Amino acid sequence: MTMAKASFVRMEMIEPSTPPLSEVGIVGWIRENLFNGWLNATLTIISILGIFFALYEVLPWMIRSSWTATSLDECRKAIAATYGEGVDGACWAVIRERYLQLFYGFYPADSYWRPNLAFILMLAALAPILFPAVPRIVLLFSAGYPFLAFWLLWGGSIWGPLAVIAGFVIGYVITTKLTDRYGLLVGGISAVAGTVAWWFFAAEKVADLAHSVLPIGLRPVESAQLGGFMLSIAIGVTGIAASLPLGILLALGRKSDMLIVKSVCVGFIEFIRGVPLITLLFVASTLLNIFLPPGTSFDVVLRVVVMVTLFASAYIAEVIRGGLAALDRGQHEAADSLGLDYWKSMRLIILPQALKISIPGIVSTFIGLFKDTTLVSIIGLLDPIGLTTSIRANFAWNGIIWELYCFVGLMFFIFCFSMSRYSMYLERKLQRENR
Amino acid sequence: MTSTEAAMETEGRVSVPNVDTSEIAIQITGMNKWFGSFHALRDINLTVYQQERIVICGPSGSGKSTLIRCINRLEEHQSGMIVVEGTELSSDLKNIDRIRSEVGMCFQHFNLFPHLSILDNCTLAPIWVRKVPRKEAEETAMHFLKKVKIPEQALKYPGQLSGGQQQRVAIARSLCMRPRIMLFDEPTSALDPEMIKEVLDTMIELAEDGMTMLCVTHEMGFARQVANRVIFMDEGQIVEQNVPEEFFRNPQSDRTKLFLSQILGH
Repeated sequence: MTMAKASFVRMEMIEPSTPPLSEVGIVGWIRENLFNGWLNATLTIISILGIFFALYEVLPWMIRSSWTATSLDECRKAIAATYGEGVDGACWAVIRERYLQLFYGFYPADSYWRPNLAFILMLAALAPILFPAVPRIVLLFSAGYPFLAFWLLWGGSIWGPLAVIAGFVIGYVITTKLTDRYGLLVGGISAVAGTVAWWFFAAEKVADLAHSVLPIGLRPVESAQLGGFMLSIAIGVTGIAASLPLGILLALGRKSDMLIVKSVCVGFIEFIRGVPLITLLFVASTLLNIFLPPGTSFDVVLRVVVMVTLFASAYIAEVIRGGLAALDRGQHEAADSLGLDYWKSMRLIILPQALKISIPGIVSTFIGLFKDTTLVSIIGLLDPIGLTTSIRANFAWNGIIWELYCFVGLMFFIFCFSMSRYSMYLERKLQRENR
Repeated sequence: MTSTEAAMETEGRVSVPNVDTSEIAIQITGMNKWFGSFHALRDINLTVYQQERIVICGPSGSGKSTLIRCINRLEEHQSGMIVVEGTELSSDLKNIDRIRSEVGMCFQHFNLFPHLSILDNCTLAPIWVRKVPRKEAEETAMHFLKKVKIPEQALKYPGQLSGGQQQRVAIARSLCMRPRIMLFDEPTSALDPEMIKEVLDTMIELAEDGMTMLCVTHEMGFARQVANRVIFMDEGQIVEQNVPEEFFRNPQSDRTKLFLSQILGH
């Protein structure tokens, strides 16, 4: 009789073998994802039926359509003639006839090259920001792009935007000169004061003078003529670009130890978040002029951009605050213990990580901002939604609804979906890099 | 005490430079610290000379971490005086940043920057604080990564390294600033047993090179081998300090005896 042995020694290690067929490949995927259990299987079948039913209803309407008619009446007749009496089809002809208007609003047709060029240059300016593979030198172009785009869209003398840029240069020079001698506080404050003084008192005169010496300019275009997706993109992209840095500052301010800074930031964020965007837009369109110094007139689109930016920045600030809170305290301590000052540790250590955590929230806010640009139709700006109203008011197209909104919706979807995909690409890329 | 332990005390002792008592590295006098109404550090007086290796031990909550965190102002003390390398710690931000760049620190949880490569972790502070050119900073970083024996990991990210490797990178990162003093806050407490030795070996090497070190640790073997002074803290005060042989062989206070019997008893 042998005793049960407590000791055991494995002499050969087991080699890994392939899994059973039902676990891998297409069959495995379907089993795992669509039919694991009766509840899941039922839901799968119901969903498939639902999708099929929706397509069955919508697709014929979309396909049995007219692209050539010049009015709704003509369109209905054309569809009846082709597909038989009583068939309901889409009248895409309205898009064909009015797409330029939906893109450019009432922008002068002979100047369409200007928004087109501005759009292409925008992609070039965004490239180095979105993709690190693009040479860093292009960032200089990105910095100058807002002024170039403003000049292209609104026209006028080129000296106006250049005078504004000169203000930034003045601010930069003052900062660097004074900071070395008197410290950052004095340097920063006098730089802001100098820049603002230049903008308010000197910029216009200098620009006029320069223009009289060397007139370079484009035909001016009124803000009222701007419209369509051009307007949405102009407001949306400016708002996005400006609200991120502002949001970061607000988030840092809210976490600051300095009581006044903190209270101001908290007050601002809570106020903005507590007020509907529509209200702010009405303030922008009517009330803002009352608060501005007399004599200054401020373009209505610019006012809307300012409001949209402030609105989005409050939300961005809260999203980023979440990211900051998620960071381990040890990161602050490690940065401190290496002797990095506040701004360096924020810029190099804390914000890169906090922003990475906040990407989904930030992009959601951006997408929301971009879609909210349609609200400007309420204060009379002709964004795509505003234009659909005016198109429908036209006698030829009176009564058309779905086609226009489908098109506007599709265009917005393309933009927003691209943003969403980009954010996922960015998340994956950062994820990959950091491990 | 067993004979092997006694033997370790004399034989295992590494050769470290003599302490130069003419030069003071850190002078703490009458220092008090409160967290809210909790009196965390009580009347701390401590003088650390150049090239000293001090091990601070004590039960949890005794204030040992707080003490060394006060030395580079991660915690603010409310009364008393701390002078580090001739500069007094006050609320003057310039002084604080200067002291922090002279004093290296290693944390229990390493606190490497996960979004930066190992090399970038090491070059960041020299480049941005000391304004060292990038190329030179990278050479320094590689020098210290070789010293902690992981130059081949330079281009990886912290998340790809084991705990022991991460802590060695953290030590290298601090050394890249060429600090005159190193603070260790329980550097091996978060490590697997297999990895503790590699970190302790790195610290021993540092001691052999004559670095002034303050270590909060429970590694009593390390204290015997390397320290020239062991400080025992309890309830926010220094209860006992002595050279390691005497401290372990002949503890004076009851509290120290109890503590030692508990951590050496098994």
